[in-house]
Amino acid sequence: MSLLKHHVTTGDGALGPLSQRDPSRSKPLLAIEHLTKHFPLQGGLFGRRRAMVQAVDDVSFVVERGETLGIVGESGCGKSTTARLLMHLIKPDRGSIAFRGQRVGVAGGLSQRELHRQMQMVFQDSYASLNPRLPVAMSIAFGPFVHGLGKTEALRRAAELLEAVGLEPALFANRYPHELSGGQRQRINVARALALEPRIVILDEAVSALDKSVEAQVLNLLADLKVRFDLTYVFISHDLNVVRYISDRVMVMYLGKVVEIGPADRVYRDPQHPYTRALLSAMPSMDPRRRTRQAPLSGDPPNPVRPPSGCRFRTRCPLAEAVCEKAAPALLALPSDGARAVACHVHVPTSGHTRAATAGAE
Amino acid sequence: MEDSATLAADPAMALKRAQQGKSYWRRVWERLREDKVTLAVIAVLGMLLIMVVFAPWFTIHDPYAGSVLRRLKPVGTPGHWLGTDEVGRDLWSRMLYGGRLSLLAGVAPVFLALLIGGFLGILAGYAGGLLNSAVMRLTDVLYAFPSILLAIAITGILGAGLQNTILALTISFIPPIIRISESVTTQVRHLDFVEAARASGARRLTIMRYHILSNVLGPILVYATSLISICIILAAGLSFLGLGVTPPSAEWGLMLNNLRQGIWASPLVAALPGVMIFITSMCFNLMSDGLRQAMDVRL
Amino acid sequence: MWAFTLRRLLYAVPVLLGVSMLVFALIHLAPGDVVDILVPPEVPKEIADSLRQRFHLDEQLYVQYVAWLGRLMVGDFGVSFFTGRPVAEELFGALGNTLVLALPAAVLGFLLGIALGALAAYNHGTWLDKLFSATAIIGVSLPHYWVGIVLVAIFAVVLNLLPAQGMGFEGLPTSWEHVQHLVLPVVTLSLIPMGVISRLVRANVLEILSQEFVGTLHAKGLFSRRVLYHTLKNAAPSALALMGLQFGYLLGGSILVETVFNWPGSGGLMNLAIFRRDVPVLSATIVVLAAIFVVINILVDVLQALLDPRMRR
Repeated sequence: MSLLKHHVTTGDGALGPLSQRDPSRSKPLLAIEHLTKHFPLQGGLFGRRRAMVQAVDDVSFVVERGETLGIVGESGCGKSTTARLLMHLIKPDRGSIAFRGQRVGVAGGLSQRELHRQMQMVFQDSYASLNPRLPVAMSIAFGPFVHGLGKTEALRRAAELLEAVGLEPALFANRYPHELSGGQRQRINVARALALEPRIVILDEAVSALDKSVEAQVLNLLADLKVRFDLTYVFISHDLNVVRYISDRVMVMYLGKVVEIGPADRVYRDPQHPYTRALLSAMPSMDPRRRTRQAPLSGDPPNPVRPPSGCRFRTRCPLAEAVCEKAAPALLALPSDGARAVACHVHVPTSGHTRAATAGAE
Repeated sequence: MEDSATLAADPAMALKRAQQGKSYWRRVWERLREDKVTLAVIAVLGMLLIMVVFAPWFTIHDPYAGSVLRRLKPVGTPGHWLGTDEVGRDLWSRMLYGGRLSLLAGVAPVFLALLIGGFLGILAGYAGGLLNSAVMRLTDVLYAFPSILLAIAITGILGAGLQNTILALTISFIPPIIRISESVTTQVRHLDFVEAARASGARRLTIMRYHILSNVLGPILVYATSLISICIILAAGLSFLGLGVTPPSAEWGLMLNNLRQGIWASPLVAALPGVMIFITSMCFNLMSDGLRQAMDVRL
Repeated sequence: MWAFTLRRLLYAVPVLLGVSMLVFALIHLAPGDVVDILVPPEVPKEIADSLRQRFHLDEQLYVQYVAWLGRLMVGDFGVSFFTGRPVAEELFGALGNTLVLALPAAVLGFLLGIALGALAAYNHGTWLDKLFSATAIIGVSLPHYWVGIVLVAIFAVVLNLLPAQGMGFEGLPTSWEHVQHLVLPVVTLSLIPMGVISRLVRANVLEILSQEFVGTLHAKGLFSRRVLYHTLKNAAPSALALMGLQFGYLLGGSILVETVFNWPGSGGLMNLAIFRRDVPVLSATIVVLAAIFVVINILVDVLQALLDPRMRR
């Protein structure tokens, strides 16, 4: 089917087709509200669902057009689940995703197929994410092909994209994944993600598996492509340095919850949540004076099947008090900086936390 | 690019090679070409097939014409170089003609089971959920029978004959093929490239066609070829029990059963049809091993 | 672990129910019913119908099935059409005879298979490996009923060393003469498990030897006996699973070998039942053999889970 036709039919009649909507940018490109996903754990006598892993729990955030939002956190904090939820590769239990104000997957909203036109993803494992039986150009052309482009036309687009990611089409188009290096394969994956001309690209640990030098090349490529194709990135990584380098804003997750979000430079310079602070102080620093001698975070994160009551970080938090056990802190904007938000009782004057009053001074 | 250095040796050749890219199947073929044993085995099987299909060209005797005067002649009898059977029929002719039914009953069930079991297994593996449970639980019931027991039970109850033999063996081989197909498909389904294909908005059938099938058919096929050897032994075994092909048809298992009565008179002749079953089954086994290695499949 | 075992046991119930349904369906799918088979065609229709009534063959199929299943549950397998004896008596006697063959064959096949496979792997690439691997592939390619015939031809017909047929005793073998009857069928039966097990053990051991932890063991200066212990421990679960399956095949598949040697086992009983159209014996034999196979599989699963915690899903 024609892509253009699709635009018109899926757009809400009153609002008109997507391309004409929203010139004022009044709505964020992507708005996520109360996103929740609990995975059942098999077990027990009859394989009943005995427990749920709370992979992502009531997560809300927005992604503005043209920005790069970094998502960081320890492994198992729900970063990758969030990525897959955004892509609708797994269905959320609760919550909504809205693209330019249009909710995804509801009647009158944006269809999943249309969402996939607008949002694409690059996976961590560059080898597993390419079909070993297809030449790489076919992998890139697959998206446009299933969206109705003719085979020749789709392959031509694949060649253009190969060029764009710095791989000579004549040399690489007919190769198979196993004939490429990791960095080359990840370039192919980037090209594949761009093939549908999406507005948003989710990069899920996309450079984590690469050598440092190759990683730098791919990061530079991503930066170039962002400008060239007017892209918005959601960049997921456990590597704090890389996230700082590439992100405009950064979101910190802990055990399926957002604990802090804000402009990257300010979060890195002056972290407000105890977890963010611990995470950042664990970062290797080039400056000897800033090195910490003491392990800032001890132990493993608690079991996500039975997260701690109240604030999930309290079991490892140096500031934990009785109130943290009772109530889960909400993610609230900082009084001192409206662009930032933190989920910590210390920053809520009425919370009952003994440090709450002095929080502003920190 | 990162590996530009490796292209340096012979730029023209390297460029040409790189541009073409080597598909999986081409690499399989190249590995197979190096494997002398497998090639030899395939040649033997090809020869056997030709001799069996064009049996009249390789013998002058009618496989069904017996004679009371020429019963149970030993190997090396003039005119009957492999001797004669218990009613005086030429053994060489009967071996050739017998191969027709033996090969048919050995290969057809696996082929049919591959079609049915492969379809159900891939479907169950790809669909997951309830459909998967339904198919796999039914498979478990069939799996409760050792395959030979199931085949014997079916032919024993439905009666002897070529059709029932093929039916019984097909049913016995469906469960293992479903299991393999299901597990291979489930594995592939969870790989990132299938997720990526879903993320590009492709429909399930399209993903199946372009991404799943090309990755699961190889392993399933290799597994099916490994079953042919067993199937040949079982098909002949059913005839041996009198549950398969019925007399006077020539079939290796049946011949073995008939000749067994003459074992005290000429033990060598009595054992001959078994040699054919053995050679054929071993060739299929070796071919399957060779294919598995060339396709680098783990099962 | 107990939960796993219990779950596995409970899961066998629907499987066995399915097995019984399948067998029942098969028997009733067969052309004609039992009375047609037993009663000569010249018998008047009224008599045949009254027989049907007596055996409840005129009832709805599901009624017949439930009644049959109910009798199976309490161990009532009915009476043989042919001999008039209780099926249970005939069947369990025959099963005992089959076990007399299958147990030594399993032990012989498994031990030889493990030894050949492990030796082949440890001498990977040498002529020993090639010899043992060839033995294994011949073992799995041989039609074992034919091997039985060949062995009879050699050892009974030509050399006149061993008896060609029959069991020659009842219960357990007690004298050398009895054992002589066992030799040929046991050797014949052990071939397939030997080949299958040795191929698996070879592949497993090779894979484990290529893994890093074996190198670590060597690096730690552990003696190769320890290495052997660790390899075997890691190769055991899958070998065990295969052995369970193979033992089941020995019981179910002994029918061919039992026919060759005229052995009065369960396979022989089944074969007789098929040709006599003795439906009660036939259906009971199939159901019981399948049930034994299911039980063996459960035992294997539990044992496997004991050895390898990853199996306890």
